[in-house]
Amino acid sequence: MNTIAMKPVSVTNDVMPSNRSPKVVSRGVKVFYGEKEALHGVDLDIHEREVTALIGPSGCGKSTFLRCMNRMNDVVEGCRIEGKIAIDGDDIYDKRIDVVQLRARVGMVFQKPNPFPKSIYENVAYGPRIHGIAQGKEELDEIVETSLNRAGLWNEVKDRLDKPGTGLSGGQQQRLCIARAIAVSPEVILMDEPCSALDPIATAKIEELIDELRENFTIVIVTHSMQQAARVSQRTAFFHLGDLVEVGDTSQIFTNPKEERTQAYITGRFG
Amino acid sequence: MPAEHLVKRFDDELEKLDASISEMGGLAESQLAMALAALRERNSETAERVMKADNRVDELDRAVQNQVIRLLALRQPMANDLRLIVTSIKIASALERIADYAKNVAKRSLQIQTLTTPPLALNGVDRLGRLVQGLLKDVLDALSSKDDARARAVWKRDADIDDVYHSLVRELLTYMMEDARTISACTQLMFMAKNIERIGDHATNIAELLLFRWTGEEVVEERPRGTS
Amino acid sequence: MTDSALPMTVADSATRAPRKLVLDEKRVRSRYAAERRFRAYGIAAIAFGLFFLAWLFITLILQGYGSLQQSKMRLDVTLDAATLAPGGQVDENALRAADYTALLRTALRTTLGVGSDRGERREAYALLSNGADNELRSRVLADPSLIGKTVSVWVSAAADVDTLIKGQISRDLPENQRRLNNRQIAWTDKLVADGRLEKRFNTALFVNGASSDPEQAGMGVAIIGSLYMMLVVLLTALPVGVAAAVYLEEFAQRNRWTDLIEVNINNLAAVPSIVFGLLGLAIFLNFFGMPRSAPVVGGLVLALMTLPVVIIATRASIKAVPPSIREAALGVGASKMQVITHHVVPLALPGILTGTIIGMARALGETAPLLLIGMVAFVVAAPATPFDPATALPVQIYMWAGAPERAFVERTSAAILILLVFLIIMNAAAVVLRRRFERRW
Repeated sequence: MNTIAMKPVSVTNDVMPSNRSPKVVSRGVKVFYGEKEALHGVDLDIHEREVTALIGPSGCGKSTFLRCMNRMNDVVEGCRIEGKIAIDGDDIYDKRIDVVQLRARVGMVFQKPNPFPKSIYENVAYGPRIHGIAQGKEELDEIVETSLNRAGLWNEVKDRLDKPGTGLSGGQQQRLCIARAIAVSPEVILMDEPCSALDPIATAKIEELIDELRENFTIVIVTHSMQQAARVSQRTAFFHLGDLVEVGDTSQIFTNPKEERTQAYITGRFG
Repeated sequence: MPAEHLVKRFDDELEKLDASISEMGGLAESQLAMALAALRERNSETAERVMKADNRVDELDRAVQNQVIRLLALRQPMANDLRLIVTSIKIASALERIADYAKNVAKRSLQIQTLTTPPLALNGVDRLGRLVQGLLKDVLDALSSKDDARARAVWKRDADIDDVYHSLVRELLTYMMEDARTISACTQLMFMAKNIERIGDHATNIAELLLFRWTGEEVVEERPRGTS
Repeated sequence: MTDSALPMTVADSATRAPRKLVLDEKRVRSRYAAERRFRAYGIAAIAFGLFFLAWLFITLILQGYGSLQQSKMRLDVTLDAATLAPGGQVDENALRAADYTALLRTALRTTLGVGSDRGERREAYALLSNGADNELRSRVLADPSLIGKTVSVWVSAAADVDTLIKGQISRDLPENQRRLNNRQIAWTDKLVADGRLEKRFNTALFVNGASSDPEQAGMGVAIIGSLYMMLVVLLTALPVGVAAAVYLEEFAQRNRWTDLIEVNINNLAAVPSIVFGLLGLAIFLNFFGMPRSAPVVGGLVLALMTLPVVIIATRASIKAVPPSIREAALGVGASKMQVITHHVVPLALPGILTGTIIGMARALGETAPLLLIGMVAFVVAAPATPFDPATALPVQIYMWAGAPERAFVERTSAAILILLVFLIIMNAAAVVLRRRFERRW
């Protein structure tokens, strides 16, 4: 018998992933743009208070899937979604769900920093204001300060809260957008390539911020950089041509992936 | 899935790494062969050549280490590429040790030329040496042909080597007890036998590393040990 | 990538002599000359336009500045208590109804030393403006305590005197071809020499309404009428236009009907304005029976004309708001209404305002539709509300341009200048507002 008993490499990690409960559960999610099927049935669990990275080549459907989770695909003309996505057990595509409330629970940070053309204070205060979260000016001030603190921006802007948000540098603007997203106390934060428009130092600051945020928020990040996915996430899902090819612990995916396609992509044999 | 990287230069660099390891493997083989020949034929010239050639092996070991560091820094390898590159350092290390042991055998073979040696003892060592040569050749073949069945077979044969080694040690002890004049020579032969046995161990290490490189899993079983 | 795809010059460049950078090649020189010529054409085109613009303004100013002054004569009028306040009572109605012309004529006769000859008296009275009594009346009504006194008043001279003084009619013509005979001219000169006749600032031009006497004619009614109309246009076209554009851009589905609507709106912006006048006539005047000549009707007609412009400008501005702002607002949990009212419309505001003001400026200068709805009436009194009859500036210009009196020529030019000034002010306001509301994103 020419076999030897072997086992997968065990990797120590300061935080053991995936014994957390699933926060966002997707089953059989398909997305159609008109007649074209862009996502072919995705089953994916996003676990709470950890970072899940979605990787894959351009056009593989990872951004499309991300945007399903806060129903931003609703505003795209001709876009149709089948399947079920449940957050804490509630199907978010149910007719009775209020999309506005959903988007307060599931926040989003976009690829290109897009602060409102208002003051820094107003940028962060806008969300709490329209959702009626704050009971008065003092409480609103507190929320703004906490959010900016959490985003690591408070010390840099506390003396110029009334200056326009668009006057900040790229990295600061993106942190402002993150502060804006967390000001409404979401449970899940979706990030669509948040660092692709930033320089390496700003990117590193945001990655550090993501690491701090995951203590309180569930984060899903779409990224083109595999190194970033490897640095930042605890679980990684690989998409290719509209299929979810493989999902697993980040360290396992990047040292010994199970699927041939995954290995070929992450070693740079295709893309 | 395509076997080549999108960036061709990366493939070229991996090939260079492979070539360095191959060269080391070839040298280790020939070092061992020459050392055994020097012992058998009592040829000082061959022994001297073995000792000089060890420098080249050390050089290659350093070269492999530098190549690996460079690849890690510049290419950020993942998955199978990463395993290939990291195991290369350890394989080079093992081959360097093998060549070193071969050099020791050659050095000691010079020393016993002047000593009274029981001819059967020499044959015993030679027989052990041929077994280990076969093991080394098989593992290097497995490396170049990426044959994991062969690597597994090598891994299991280490037990046989152990058996032969232990019986050889007992044999040398009897010779030493019989004739006190052979003690010097037999002691040297015992050291040489030990070195050759260590070569076998390292060849088995290489087999384990190859299995990890190809499957990403580590060996769980206990390495079979020969009965002592 | 095969080598055969590369141009041959790449391989040759290594062996060829290096290209010179010094500009002595004929081709380079001719290229520079062509660029210079092109620039010269552009400057020539601008100069051409500026030349005509300058000609227009210079002509208008030269022709019109004279109307800023009106010849007035100083008469010492005895405010006879018997005529003005019979029975010792100061009664407003009596004051209004009193015969101020007689008082003025008495004063004039005294000043000129005119006897009882009827012909002579008629000639003397012809030197006085027909509306001079109004001027005296307003003076007395403002200060009744003057009754019984003799006051020195400046009242307007007749238009013929005015044109004579301004040198617009020739003294050399034979007497029977002139409007003033020699005796009248002698009186005029005497009054000037005595310091009793001089040119003073013509407030009547800006304050009075229409009049057949040029010296009494003014743009006051037309200005107020135009202002009321602009107000109606603003209050009607802006909200309706913005609401329609927001609906079409944000809520309406993209189907054949909305495409049809879009094509029609674009076409409406180019429809001749007189068609809107016909529309106004049919709907507002005939069907709804609204008052003729009222600024309300004129304003509504012009609003219909401005509506397509506002809609098109608003749609373009809304389209220009980057989708990243909308996505950001949606991502934070804003509803569609909140995205539109908090983000899209404020960012589109500069474009909306610019489009509206430019549309209004165009409406200000439109005459044809107003003619059809009857705003060409002869309105003397300023309208108190937008429902009272009035005229508009361009209509007033049209009417004065057709009047025979010589004095109307300078007044027409003045009115055109005033209209142009309003247009410039409105366009400047558009620029200022745009700058103020512009926000970088």
